Amino acid sequence: MNTGLFDIFKIVISAAFIENILLARYIGLCPYIGMSTNIANSIGMGMAVAFVMVLSSIVTWTLWNYIFVPLHLEYLRIMAFILVIAVLVQLVEVLLKKNVPNLYRAMGIYLPLITTNCAILAVTFLGVDYNYNLLQVVVYSISVAFGFTIAMILLAGIREKLRYAKVPSFYKGYPMAFIVTSLLAIAFIGFKGLVK
Amino acid sequence: MRQFWYFFKNGIVGENPVLRLMIGICSVLAVSVKVENCLAMGAAVIFVLTCSSMVISSMRKIIPNQVRIPIFIVVISTFTTIVDLVMKAYLPPLSKAMGIFIPLIVVNCIIMARAEAFASKRPILPSIADALGMGVGYTLVITAIGVVRELFGYGSLLSVRIFPENYQNMMFMILPPGAFLLIGVYIGLLNHFSRRKSK
Repeated sequence: MNTGLFDIFKIVISAAFIENILLARYIGLCPYIGMSTNIANSIGMGMAVAFVMVLSSIVTWTLWNYIFVPLHLEYLRIMAFILVIAVLVQLVEVLLKKNVPNLYRAMGIYLPLITTNCAILAVTFLGVDYNYNLLQVVVYSISVAFGFTIAMILLAGIREKLRYAKVPSFYKGYPMAFIVTSLLAIAFIGFKGLVK
Repeated sequence: MRQFWYFFKNGIVGENPVLRLMIGICSVLAVSVKVENCLAMGAAVIFVLTCSSMVISSMRKIIPNQVRIPIFIVVISTFTTIVDLVMKAYLPPLSKAMGIFIPLIVVNCIIMARAEAFASKRPILPSIADALGMGVGYTLVITAIGVVRELFGYGSLLSVRIFPENYQNMMFMILPPGAFLLIGVYIGLLNHFSRRKSK
């Protein structure tokens, strides 16, 4: 497959904006709604997601292309990928705690949550489904994580302001967050058709 | 038997997984474009949830506490693989319509949360009741969203035309914003009515 600079650019734009994993594909909403109460939390979560997403898509891509496909074990995909991610998250947590305590303090609390974050698993599946090569998978996962972080920061910024707005009491909190998300999603529809 | 009903109802009303506990939202929003997809997704979730709750609760005394999460994951992903393969074999159009969301049942937080909070601590019968209740609660919410989206987005219900021929489809409902808006409105309404009831 030819990987010109233009192809890479296309992957970045479509993964981060046009098919934004939260606002256009509805994947990974639990941490999005749960953690986006302030901007600092969103950045921490976004960093942790990016880190794990890139690592796990490299590992699963390699396993898939060099072990599963040659041995015809495709039906084990769900189980194998989720286990790889679970093990990887644990490993990253231990390594960070020991070697980079500063980084661990910044994103440590988000790591356990990430195992059951559907965004990670979805990206590993999609990377394989799209028949990307290794470079494309890395670019793809970085840009998905970028789109994820942007969407989280946007919502967190709006929610910080919403605290001072007059919202009917039974719409405070989650319901309002969803309605704001709906407006954000309308804005992101504007990116459709940007890349053909 | 009384206890069975208690846990069953708890999942549908008291602790509805989607509207109250805010878990498993992703698949609710993604699949609810058409009612038939909603019903299929509900059936898949009920199957995986009930089977894995049953297995986990029957093994709860042998599972060592430190490695319980990986074991839960293996059990859940086994049943998800079964559903995925069965759907691919017998219902290919439906399986194509739901795409990646069938394999993503494995990370549907509802199943993991019920395994961790309920099935790993209680005997088999209450676990089954809880799983069925949660599954039915999930299906009801997803169908409630699906009915509105299909009715306004395609002018039909279960692929049967309801609105007159010249009705202009409301694209907004099929696209992501409609789903986000609907679930926000539903959660708000549920809050409102449950608060009024408790007063």
